[in-house]
Amino acid sequence: MASKSLKNLTGPLSGNNPVIVQILGICSALAVTVQLKPAIVMGLSVMVVTAFANLVMSLLRNGVPSRIRIIVQLVVIASLVILVDQVLKAFVYDVSKQLSVYVGLIITNCIVMGRVEAFALQNKPWDSFLDGIGNGLGYGSILVIIAFFRELLGSGTLLGFRIIPESWYIAEGGFYSNCGLMLFPPMALIIVGCIIWAHRSFNKDLQEK
Amino acid sequence: METLNLFISSIFIDNMVFAFFFGMCSYIAVSKSVKTALGLGLAVTFVQTMTVPLNYLLNEYVLAPNALVEGVDLSFLSFIIFIAVIAAFVQLVEMVVEKFSPTLYNQLGIFLPLIAVNCAIMGGSLFMQQMVGAGEINNFGQSVVYGLGSGIGWWIAIVMMAAIRERCTYSNIPAPLKGPGIAFIITGLLGIAFMIFSGIQL
Repeated sequence: MASKSLKNLTGPLSGNNPVIVQILGICSALAVTVQLKPAIVMGLSVMVVTAFANLVMSLLRNGVPSRIRIIVQLVVIASLVILVDQVLKAFVYDVSKQLSVYVGLIITNCIVMGRVEAFALQNKPWDSFLDGIGNGLGYGSILVIIAFFRELLGSGTLLGFRIIPESWYIAEGGFYSNCGLMLFPPMALIIVGCIIWAHRSFNKDLQEK
Repeated sequence: METLNLFISSIFIDNMVFAFFFGMCSYIAVSKSVKTALGLGLAVTFVQTMTVPLNYLLNEYVLAPNALVEGVDLSFLSFIIFIAVIAAFVQLVEMVVEKFSPTLYNQLGIFLPLIAVNCAIMGGSLFMQQMVGAGEINNFGQSVVYGLGSGIGWWIAIVMMAAIRERCTYSNIPAPLKGPGIAFIITGLLGIAFMIFSGIQL
């Protein structure tokens, strides 16, 4: 793989991360992270949609007049999301119920639209496809970090498996209790704030003056 | 009474931003001054009040099972129909406002196209569809009320946020937290404050 293609793939993982650097696609990033499993499924769904939306729009880029490109993009993205939604309903119905409206909201997820606008309309199909995969992974990795803390501290489990032993809990005569606040929406925002804080402490060039 | 309850809860309890994170992208990006926040909030409330009832009608008479043709369930098409209605409506509003009120157009101009991809609008319509299924919205009037209420909730949230961020410019924030970092933490704290409304029932 050429180094430029590799850069498209790995850039969005940290230095150009869609969630914590470009501040895109926050809505769904926060809402589906109470548990790890829906977060992983959501990350994969967004990756598939971004990659294929980029690929299709990159193939069409010379044939679509720029005045109507937004509508064309929405149609392409909406069709891909409907496909993903039907697949989720067919194979992982319980997760699909948990994600509820947020699967539909991939359509208005700024990452998909933003990458198509900013990258796929100027680049070749293969590069665009890799860019989509990279941004999907960058988005998914943040989702997994948030969900890891929220599920571990909020319910004491990871992917549904118990991590914190039952005997530690106060009900069983121990000293520990779950942080119920972690299950509420506001904590997701505060965790993202802390991730940005940590990330920018290491990447000084991203700090705002 | 039920309708009033729906209105209050869509503004405060099920607030678009603090309870569901809808429209976060523009919420973080445009909340740097109160004036622009007021403009965007107005535009979102207007579009929301119009598109939720429109999508309600489509949902009721086209998409629901057995609505259009006996024995046909078109609900899998709802994503694409809703987004098409929203995009078309935003385009229409932009043209009408440009023609009849150039001053308002200059104020809202840059925000109008942004609204088409604001998740609050799409999310409002999808939630409306869910609430119809759950029997919380039963008629056209209630869908108008829900659209208006959720729009106002978003408006309140972004104006509050902008006012706080204007004050923040004078405070001494650690360098890595400046900009989006502190904005997220403030939103989280505001969300905790809004949690006191949960459980209110009229």
